[in-house]
Amino acid sequence: MKIRAASLHLGTLLFASSFFSTVEGQQRGKSAPPQSSKPEPVYAEIGKAPERARARRNPLEKDPEAVAAGRILFGQRCAECHGDSAEGGKKGPSLRAVEIRNAEPGAIFWILTNGVVRKGMPVWSKLPEPQRWQLVSFIKSLGTASTNDDKGVLRP
Amino acid sequence: MLLRKSLIAGSLIFFSAGSFPLIAQAQESPYFVAYDHYLEEPGNLEIEYFSTYGTQRGGNDFHSFWTEFEYGATAWWTTELYLDGQTTFGDSTIFTGLRWENRVRPLKQEHFINPILYVEYEHKNGADKILKEGEGHDVEADFLTPNAVARQERINELELRLILSSTFKGWNFTQNTLAAKDLSNSPWEFGYALGASRPLALKASAKRCTFCRQNFIGGVEMYGGLGYRHHFGLHDTSHYAAPVLGWNLPSGWTLRISPGFGLNDNSHQFLLRWGVSREISGFGTMVGRLLRGRR
Repeated sequence: MKIRAASLHLGTLLFASSFFSTVEGQQRGKSAPPQSSKPEPVYAEIGKAPERARARRNPLEKDPEAVAAGRILFGQRCAECHGDSAEGGKKGPSLRAVEIRNAEPGAIFWILTNGVVRKGMPVWSKLPEPQRWQLVSFIKSLGTASTNDDKGVLRP
Repeated sequence: MLLRKSLIAGSLIFFSAGSFPLIAQAQESPYFVAYDHYLEEPGNLEIEYFSTYGTQRGGNDFHSFWTEFEYGATAWWTTELYLDGQTTFGDSTIFTGLRWENRVRPLKQEHFINPILYVEYEHKNGADKILKEGEGHDVEADFLTPNAVARQERINELELRLILSSTFKGWNFTQNTLAAKDLSNSPWEFGYALGASRPLALKASAKRCTFCRQNFIGGVEMYGGLGYRHHFGLHDTSHYAAPVLGWNLPSGWTLRISPGFGLNDNSHQFLLRWGVSREISGFGTMVGRLLRGRR
């Protein structure tokens, strides 16, 4: 009985501490500017993509519907963290940054597939490969924060 | 009384989910028993209701049900609370207990096979019939005990699983090995669950749609017991095979259905499962704001 009560207390404490540290992290992320001269840690993650992953070509590069489909997927999966227009949000950095524009499609695909789990970005390999490439097509089609050359995204 | 209160509270929470402004489209797996390696997105809460109708030879059929609150604490840890109940036709409707489940992703990146560690604490009574796992020598005849008697048995159980899951060319293959121990002086019991599933289309449509093939995920799962520590094997165990179908709606709702079939004489002949769930984005942030006050 005592063991059960103790394990319940311990579990509750563990859950509460992690929950509040998550919320704390989210609050901290809120005040961070979406684009700053200092590279965001997640941009550094792009540099960690292996050479083989970077070299992969987007098989949907010439698919005329890939960007439109990617825009819908972005609204459904990514906009909550990265902002409705990918300008950066409460939890995720801007995807209009120069680091993203200059990144190889294969590196962005690699980040989507592996996530940045220890820093809060989930693994998106649950989306089938073609859908991840559609997302890459959309992200690569985005302009910079100073230009308004995209049509925004659709929220679910 | 407790059951009625729990059901009312559960229903209120579930249906109030519709009033949350941020609803994410889920990409949920269609499995009922097996788990794959995908965790809840951090800060999101998924509220789920599941139901199982089961046939019973030599007794009355039953309808068991449970509500799950699944929260993505971090990108590598998902925690979940279950409230379970059941109706045995011609007998009674009772609350059968609660479960607290945790799934942890130990590896940072995707691999061909991805392990997930699972720990669950169950506080339930002997009338529990949700059949969320197959373990030990659980057989159909165990469910013949009347509710009034079965509920007297108190069970505090620890369940551990090793989930090994892989995604290849749009297919997900998962294998769960489980070990469960009643915290009283009982031996470890073992079980397994296997699953395979795939979306009906791999490319997303360029138009927003409800009935697109990519919103449907079909598959099959199989699960059963493997005896216990001193009597390991398939002898006197029950096993099931069940096709599964999940439908992820753009509105954030997910519907699942699965007709299951007993594979031997120790198993219920037929189990019909269905479930409905809704995912709420940014739940952690909302709670954080409530606790800290809006700024």
